[in-house]
Amino acid sequence: MIDSSLKDIAAALRDRKVSAVELATESLARIEARNPKVNAFVTVDREGALTAARAADQRIAAGTAGPLTGIPLAHKDVFCTEGVRTTCGSKMLANFVSPYDAHVVTLLRQAGAVMVGKTNMDEFAMGSSNENSHFGPTRNPWHTDTVPGGSSGGSAAAVAARLVPIATGTDTGGSIRQPASLCGITGIKPTYGTVSRYGMIAYASSLDQGGAFGYSAEDCALLLSAMSGHDPRDSTSLERDTEDYSAALDKPLAGLRVGLPTEFFAAGMSDDVRAAVDAAIAEYRKLGATTVEVSLPNARLAIPAYYVIAPAEASSNLSRFDGVRYGHRAADYSDLNDMYCKSRAQGFGDEVKRRILVGTYVLSHGYYDAYYIKAQKLRRLIANDFQAAFQKCDVIASPVSPSVAFGIGEKSGDPVQMYLSDIYTIAVNLAGLPALSHPAGFGSGDLPVGLQLIGNYFGEARLLNAAHQFQQVTDWHARVPAGF
Amino acid sequence: MSRTDWEVVIGLEVHTQLNTRSKIFSGASTAFGAEPNAQACAVDIALPGVLPVLNRGAVERAIRFGLAIGAAVAPKSVFARKNYFYPDLPKGYQISQYELPVVVGGQITLMVPDGKGGHYEKVVNLTRAHLEEDAGKSLHEDFHGMTGIDLNRAGTPLLEIVSEPEMRSSSEAVAYAKALHALVRWIDICDGNMQEGSFRCDANVSVRPRGQTGFGTRREIKNLNSFRFLQQAIDYEAQWQIELIEDGGTVQQATVLFDPDSGETRAMRSKEDAHDYRYFPDPDLLPLVIDADWIARVKGEMPELPGALSARFQSEHGLSAYDAATLTASREVAQFYLDAVAAAGVANAKTCANWVMGELAARLNKAELDIGTSPVSAAQLAGLVARIADNTISNAIAKKIFEALWNKEGESADAIIEAQGLKQVTDTGAIEAIIDEVLAANQKSVDEYRAGKEKAFNALVGQCMKASRGKANPAQVNELLKKKLG
Repeated sequence: MIDSSLKDIAAALRDRKVSAVELATESLARIEARNPKVNAFVTVDREGALTAARAADQRIAAGTAGPLTGIPLAHKDVFCTEGVRTTCGSKMLANFVSPYDAHVVTLLRQAGAVMVGKTNMDEFAMGSSNENSHFGPTRNPWHTDTVPGGSSGGSAAAVAARLVPIATGTDTGGSIRQPASLCGITGIKPTYGTVSRYGMIAYASSLDQGGAFGYSAEDCALLLSAMSGHDPRDSTSLERDTEDYSAALDKPLAGLRVGLPTEFFAAGMSDDVRAAVDAAIAEYRKLGATTVEVSLPNARLAIPAYYVIAPAEASSNLSRFDGVRYGHRAADYSDLNDMYCKSRAQGFGDEVKRRILVGTYVLSHGYYDAYYIKAQKLRRLIANDFQAAFQKCDVIASPVSPSVAFGIGEKSGDPVQMYLSDIYTIAVNLAGLPALSHPAGFGSGDLPVGLQLIGNYFGEARLLNAAHQFQQVTDWHARVPAGF
Repeated sequence: MSRTDWEVVIGLEVHTQLNTRSKIFSGASTAFGAEPNAQACAVDIALPGVLPVLNRGAVERAIRFGLAIGAAVAPKSVFARKNYFYPDLPKGYQISQYELPVVVGGQITLMVPDGKGGHYEKVVNLTRAHLEEDAGKSLHEDFHGMTGIDLNRAGTPLLEIVSEPEMRSSSEAVAYAKALHALVRWIDICDGNMQEGSFRCDANVSVRPRGQTGFGTRREIKNLNSFRFLQQAIDYEAQWQIELIEDGGTVQQATVLFDPDSGETRAMRSKEDAHDYRYFPDPDLLPLVIDADWIARVKGEMPELPGALSARFQSEHGLSAYDAATLTASREVAQFYLDAVAAAGVANAKTCANWVMGELAARLNKAELDIGTSPVSAAQLAGLVARIADNTISNAIAKKIFEALWNKEGESADAIIEAQGLKQVTDTGAIEAIIDEVLAANQKSVDEYRAGKEKAFNALVGQCMKASRGKANPAQVNELLKKKLG
């Protein structure tokens, strides 16, 4: 049943063909059996899941169930969950139990979704492969020697392995779209400010945005609708009414103008990715869409700008992990400074340290203007490029990742190569735009290829509509990795 | 080189705690004196995932201050992070305003004692005022070999008010601090409680040969929480710098602490080990936008400001600049005075002012009372002033009646005059009778006066007043006595 669409699961629950407790039990059993192969979960909350499932069954019986009531789900371990540890993939928080729920967690709890556990991730959401987790790398269900992408790799792998039908993630530079692409599922990052960041452990505050993973655009629409909305506890939360992203899914695509950025289709992507992306675009044309070439001349500056802004914010955001009030504290230290140094040296992994160092450097006196201010200017130029492009098109299509899933250990020795794998996704975060990734075919090694659709601000419904129509005439999203 | 060749240059940075009920970025209470960490919520202790939300009440107080000093309230200001590690700074950064503060410019007019019993007026320009959060407290006592952390104060709203380096003596610095202290209480943005740390001064002090235009190297004295310490610390520091230079040394930029016990300042850290705070705009907070409507609304709720009131006291009541400034030191004093004048009449304003600043102030001070809890009401004081004005009583009797009012011996000056028979004697016949008696009984003084001893005259006046139990009109006694003595 867990392999089914949310609509079908909800119908089965409503018709008493299955209970929420049975669904939770099925999900927990699959996790027990399959998680050792993929390491998608850091923490499984069996008791909490069953308790929530029983409550969901009561709601279903009372006729007060919503579309997510009784649906098993997993949260990326970046979201704080009261009573269930929240590690952020780090030794620093390996034993941290939050006394409060993130806003997203509260909303989905209220919707009746049943959280079965917390998913693995790159430490503090820094990474594109999930290899930077204190709890070991997550493996791609399509080929367990390859990475699932990152940083929300655990959530993507959990959905791809059919352990849960939906999962939450966060996307700072591609951390939902890239793992969705590499794992052959659908993932959406909405407009910055759509999903509250309250209780979502910050990596780079001006770029971080929560989002949804599912088998299909239709499922993502349901999850995203439930987790969005204004939250007065997040000053960057948009003051807009909650939107039903499912409402326009069935709209025909005739007349949809799809922009193809010249710069994204130039050299850089591998042939198998290009073939799948081209085929997907052809499919959109068949659905009535027209394509138009657009230009994002400054997009090439997205990676350098991102690797100034994100580490700068991270270096400050991660200062609170000092071993004083919670989190890892070194066992032996001689004085306060020594305690700080040792606790942080022991608690953080290499990539986190690298970004803290870079961020500290670019914010330092004498370098701030040359790096941080400059990067902010680039950010504005990149955002302007998108606005110019959206004069000519409704959505922009592009690859998500230059290649299919790469091997575990293949890029982990070369941070810059790793950073370049986010070349198509990062500009979107710098501009704060919504974007999704949906399965578009398979490349070398029978590994999935995703297509990225980028919308203008608040264009989530249009993106999900396009992807849903695509998924009505294709079955890439319905493929399940062998053995799962 | 002698002492007088040096000029002291002082600029002050004052941290005023804004009197909002909740903290600047969280909903926790700001009340003073709770159990350690009882008023620290998830945001204050910087749990993972928490976010700041700006308290509009704090912004409103900043606007009020900006309006009160005639400054520009920035239509857009930005909160920045000031990054440094310290155990009582939970986030590892303080949210403050750096490049774009909420208040820019403005000025404060003060009366400075000239050291000769008089005062001179001085205008001090302000550089800026910005909003920021306070840190917690590190507690070193009671924890053997350890440090306790109390985060109750963490996140308390502060308005840091920065002056231009325009003060030229510790007296000017103290007068400025006092004027600022009075103003923030006047506009009700800060309780001004210096013991509880609601009003803390940092003084930047440098010296230069008089006539030199460039500034000397400054040292910053941190955290002075009384006007006396402010004065002592500046005096010590300036003298220390002068002696250092005169001995051939050079002042190094540094942050120093004042030790009230020794009366000395000592360096805490030098410029070399100053932090690089890595300021950058806080991405968790949007720029603070203050539109004209908001400013207009705050302006509409502002009380009449001390400067305007002081000007009015001078033009309408004929008070001196110093008297007007003294009576506008606090809203309570000004209101008391205004109430007294309203009852006694503008013609008696100066007498009312004298009583409020003189007898009443002294008596309140002695009893350690605020004017708000004065046993003598403004109406009672006005009644007293009216009887002085219409010659019913002399000043001497008035003091007695004031004392009686203070001790609640009567409802009003009139009632006490009536009950105690203190009405001034102005009947010429009656006074002459008293004088005759006194002259007869004090032949010696009469002789002395006639021999040219002026003092003897005063003794005779005194005797007459005494004989009338103070009730005789002193002016009439004078006049009639002179006549009688020829």
